[in-house]
Amino acid sequence: MAKHHVSALINGNPVEYLCDAQQTLLEVLRDELNLTGTKEGCATGDCGACSVTIDGRLVCSCLTLGAEIDGKAVQTIEGMATGTELHPLQTKFLELAALQCGICTPGMLVAAKALLERNPDPTEDEVRYWLAGNLCRCTGYNKIIEAVLAAAGEMRKG
Amino acid sequence: MRYAKPKSVDEAVALLAAEKGLARVLAGGTDLLVQMRSRRALPDLMVDCKAIADMTSIAAEDGGIRFGAATACMALVENAQFSAACPGVTDAIKLIGSIQVKGRASVGGNVCNASPAADSVPALIAAGATARIASPRGSRDVAVETITTGPGKTCLARDELLVSFLVPRKQRNCGDAYLRFTPRTEMDIAVVSAGVNLKLDATGICREARVSLGAVAERALLVAEAGAALVGSKVDNAALERLGAAASAACRPIDDKRGTREFRIKVAGVLARRAAQIALDRTGKEN
Ligand code: FES
Ligand code: FES
Repeated sequence: MAKHHVSALINGNPVEYLCDAQQTLLEVLRDELNLTGTKEGCATGDCGACSVTIDGRLVCSCLTLGAEIDGKAVQTIEGMATGTELHPLQTKFLELAALQCGICTPGMLVAAKALLERNPDPTEDEVRYWLAGNLCRCTGYNKIIEAVLAAAGEMRKG
Repeated sequence: MRYAKPKSVDEAVALLAAEKGLARVLAGGTDLLVQMRSRRALPDLMVDCKAIADMTSIAAEDGGIRFGAATACMALVENAQFSAACPGVTDAIKLIGSIQVKGRASVGGNVCNASPAADSVPALIAAGATARIASPRGSRDVAVETITTGPGKTCLARDELLVSFLVPRKQRNCGDAYLRFTPRTEMDIAVVSAGVNLKLDATGICREARVSLGAVAERALLVAEAGAALVGSKVDNAALERLGAAASAACRPIDDKRGTREFRIKVAGVLARRAAQIALDRTGKEN
């Protein structure tokens, strides 16, 4: 079967790739484009480690086909920092020790960023519900929630 | 497997009709890709319907709101016109999976996956929603309660495509709501669920009521007796008791580790009563 030719914007850069019909976006990102920041936890939509945005919408890249991305704009964790300057969410995750093994962290950060773009001043409950699809087996979540709220405060100051 | 992305409904149904092997419609893929991964579904052709405008748009239409069957749930939840016009359906859609799953999952997929526990289905049935189904022979509109015929089974022929839903606009003195029971507050599947839609007259007497239950039978049920229990009343305690009894009586649930038979039957009555109370509150009237 011929491969699908896809042209997309990934983290703002024009990218072209070939993929099989059944390859997921997660597999394309990691195995074809070497963007291994996006993690695979479950590959069934349960853990959120593979979170990316497509045209601004937060999705699981494990539940998306690579072939679907033609003409779309994808944002991954690799697009979060500006050069060497970390995003406030990244800074707060480090400062407040919101990660241990780090496997959930890219998904947490991408999901939290999508929340703050919609709601710059979320309540603790809103953060917890928004991140309900991101599982973490290390931190016990509290530090993650604190870091997101702290980053939101920082970002509101501008 | 081959992948196709038709731009029109006609093109999509022609692809479905022409396929000799197994064709599957791809909307959000949140069920389908998981089935493929576990090799429960091995399609030869994947027909991605998200480039078809009719299947991904939300628009006011005579008498209601029409939305494409492949529209992402988050696009519906974030659409102020939709959530204001369809509060009960919005309640249900908000409960489907995580934010990132809802970023992909569609109501058309939720209906066609035909799980007895699908959240959107009882809410759509209670709201009196219809679905538009296209095929090479033209298109037909059907009531949502006639689509699912059993677990994993629908009334759609292999060349038919669920294109869109029409949810009637809430009128004055109308209210609807959807509730489900799950052991966890998020990221879970309904053990029992209930959708209720009420229409009152100016004096607060219930004139029409539709009650639908999920996860208590092989498919979501429209329970006429439960609706009838409210009609003619002010949705007072006695009427709510009758509603609960009629809802429980209609259940024929499975018995499994997620909920025993007795539990599901009892909770169906409780949820129907509570959903009716919320629906009533949303009419702005009091019982
Ligand atoms: S890897 Fe996609 S949700 Fe777990
Ligand atoms: S830091 Fe290890 S899973 Fe979250």
